[in-house]
Amino acid sequence: MGGGIWVVGEVDAAGALTKVSGEAATAARALGDAGGREVTGVVVAVEPDGAAASLAAFLPTVLAVRAAEMADRAAAAVVAARIVALAAAVQERPAYFVLSAKPDGRDLAGMLSALLEIGVLVNATGLTWDAAADSVPAGPRVEMQPFGGRVLTSSGFTGERGIILLRPNMVTAEPLAQPGSVEECAPGEVVDLPLVRVIERVITESPGPSIEEARVIVAGGRGVGGPDGFAGLRELAGLLGGAVGASRAAVDAGWIDYATQIGQTGKTVKPAVYLAFGVSGAIQHKVGMQTAETIIAVDRDPDAPIGEFADLFVIADLAAVVPALAAALRARAG
Amino acid sequence: MRIVVLVKPVPDPGEERLGDDGRLDRSVTAVINGNDEYVLEAALKLVEAHGGEVTLLSMAPAGITDPIRKALAMGATRAVLVSDPALAGACSWSTTQVLAAALRTLEYDLVLAGADTSDGGGGVVAAGVATLLGLPYLSHARRIEPLDGGVRVERLSAAGHDVLEATLPAVVVGTQLLGEPRYPSLRGIMGARAKEIAVRTLAEIGLADRPVGGAHATTALLAARQPAPRGSGRVVRDPDPVAAASAIVDFLVERRAL
Repeated sequence: MGGGIWVVGEVDAAGALTKVSGEAATAARALGDAGGREVTGVVVAVEPDGAAASLAAFLPTVLAVRAAEMADRAAAAVVAARIVALAAAVQERPAYFVLSAKPDGRDLAGMLSALLEIGVLVNATGLTWDAAADSVPAGPRVEMQPFGGRVLTSSGFTGERGIILLRPNMVTAEPLAQPGSVEECAPGEVVDLPLVRVIERVITESPGPSIEEARVIVAGGRGVGGPDGFAGLRELAGLLGGAVGASRAAVDAGWIDYATQIGQTGKTVKPAVYLAFGVSGAIQHKVGMQTAETIIAVDRDPDAPIGEFADLFVIADLAAVVPALAAALRARAG
Repeated sequence: MRIVVLVKPVPDPGEERLGDDGRLDRSVTAVINGNDEYVLEAALKLVEAHGGEVTLLSMAPAGITDPIRKALAMGATRAVLVSDPALAGACSWSTTQVLAAALRTLEYDLVLAGADTSDGGGGVVAAGVATLLGLPYLSHARRIEPLDGGVRVERLSAAGHDVLEATLPAVVVGTQLLGEPRYPSLRGIMGARAKEIAVRTLAEIGLADRPVGGAHATTALLAARQPAPRGSGRVVRDPDPVAAASAIVDFLVERRAL
């Protein structure tokens, strides 16, 4: 049996395991079953016990590493150093890592790639295990949708090791029938990375599903007309259990926060339903959302590019449609 | 302050395609990666306010100089382009080693990079570069402020932002919130023609005979296909608000989203 697969659990500001970590664990478990590899979870945090227990719902073994310095140091370097130490301390070094493709996972992946001298496959939308092919040994096959989903690709590692970054919302997290066990570990340092001081943590976002993890996104663009227009979209998002998104035009106008921006220099999302209001559908926006399962667009302009790839295109004045839709959804909810 | 900005020429977004060899087709029009323009703007503002100069560092085929010329026209002082036939098909780990090796030949206080690229979408190279060089790494910046011998960064977090501080030299990765990039002025465009683009081979940055480049890629593309077309959508023209709302609700029900 070759080296195992490690899932590094991602911990949020409140110390809880993020949703994508359960998805990564589920995907890794399927890989491990198909490839005959052990799958182990790792959580590095100031207080790792809670998140480690959450990850153990999905994996037979989870290693919990206490790292007090994460209280006031940026996470990536602390976590990377502990993972490398842990990998050196275990009997068989891990062959593959599965991490979240969110910003924290990317930071960690870049550091682990450099420390372990292994490759990275980013933005995975699906994972399978396959037999050796021309240029690659038996191992993970990573599905990706580059260029905003205009191409579907399958890639592998040319060696026996690698790091995979899984996009949120690609896999349904499935817990084990019996939760696994949590082992506390305190690996000695083997690398010394410069740490970055955290002077202050400013909390401004209201709770709710993050835009990358939401099943429904209600997005607004220039056609929304101003910050007040987004109040109606927030109500719709609330009624649909979704999150609010925006085009760059709306963010640039200062109507809504950058954290909601979808597209080339914002986030890439793949919700079940994408409801776009007053979003023209320019290429910069399209690349961030065109792989949504269902796209519904409302715009006054019959020539808006979004009409060319929306599954339902309603040509209407959204100022009147938004409250009418909210009323219809409230009536359905009873 | 001496700033090196990592810039990547990418295919014009929307025009990207794979060549028959499974590699990115470089024949389409190249532009500066969108996120790199924001950090370049931040770098130019920093040197305007505090003195210093901006050096561009790029790894790309030797023929792709238009985007670098544009970045010089925006106000960068000079450019270093690492270009070597062996680098075609390089993976992110190779790119990380190449940029780190090139940085070892330059003098700088700060290295800036964009959050990710529109062609590969990786967003992992800068963290690796910082790690290889043993430098502090501050990512996802919405604001960059110099301190005496250090740098302060506001890093976007899932819940808001964190205020980070580190000593220089450091590597900072920035986002669109750093501010709208400027357009090159006519004077900038004229001036850029005389600016130096120093082309360096792998040997010239000390990586001769090292396992970097396409032949040593850690990852391989195995298959590529076109997604199934979405199919033509349904169009509802000029409904009254209630009819529009019920068309949307019916569609959500049909798609089992309600």
